[in-house]
Amino acid sequence: MTPLQVCLLVSAFLFAIGFAGAVTRRHAILVLIGIELMLNAANLNFIAFWRYGAHPEALTGIIFVLFSMALAGAEAAVGLALVIAIYRHKETSNLDEVKELKG
Amino acid sequence: MTLALIITALVTVLAAATVMSLRNLVHCALAMAVAFSGVAALYLQLNAEFVGFAEILVYVGAIAILIVFAILLTRSGETPEKSVLTSGWLAGVAVSAMVFTLLGWAVLTSSALPKEIATAPAAPVKNIGDALMGKFVLPLEIVGLVLTAAMIGAVIIALKEDKKDNPGGQP
Repeated sequence: MTPLQVCLLVSAFLFAIGFAGAVTRRHAILVLIGIELMLNAANLNFIAFWRYGAHPEALTGIIFVLFSMALAGAEAAVGLALVIAIYRHKETSNLDEVKELKG
Repeated sequence: MTLALIITALVTVLAAATVMSLRNLVHCALAMAVAFSGVAALYLQLNAEFVGFAEILVYVGAIAILIVFAILLTRSGETPEKSVLTSGWLAGVAVSAMVFTLLGWAVLTSSALPKEIATAPAAPVKNIGDALMGKFVLPLEIVGLVLTAAMIGAVIIALKEDKKDNPGGQP
């Protein structure tokens, strides 16, 4: 295996485990953590292909990852604010019990 | 392929598996910080130093703390007695196992990946800054706008709900 393949396999595993956590765990915060892991998997792919691909001097992989990190930060802030608002409203953060949007 | 790369990859993978298998949410958040540190170490080994340190600052520094705060604010720090999995968890695990199998098979057998190892590219911070301030300045401004809007939105969403008899209050 080349280093590129190692990185891609790690990224595939991160994506799969993040997806598994997002769809199987009950707690809303764990779902957010799963989404963050999936975003990290995508970022790792960008950096790996930037390092081992053609034209690394264009810096596109690095710039894309920086923007994606900024958006992940925004997403995490809004997601956790939603979790806190739902907890305040319904006294639960168990996703099986939050079934309707109507308050 | 160096030994350091394999060790970092193993630590990252194990920490990520730990995040999704522990029952206590605080332990999950700590394992998540370890997984993000592993990803940052992978970035450092891939010659992307700036991104690696940004990862440590943003993920290990900010998002992990934010998640721990949210866990404590929603009083879910204790280990739950009931099951932590949703009702249809088996299908989710099956789908994610299939996703990993397919991706792994594609990575291991693909002929499109470059065979020879490229020489290490240099990405000094000066070049990244030049690119951000030159070619990518419009996306940078838009991301700043998105971040501002997201922060204001997060504050408004998490504000305390007003009483119904308060005219003009937040819903």
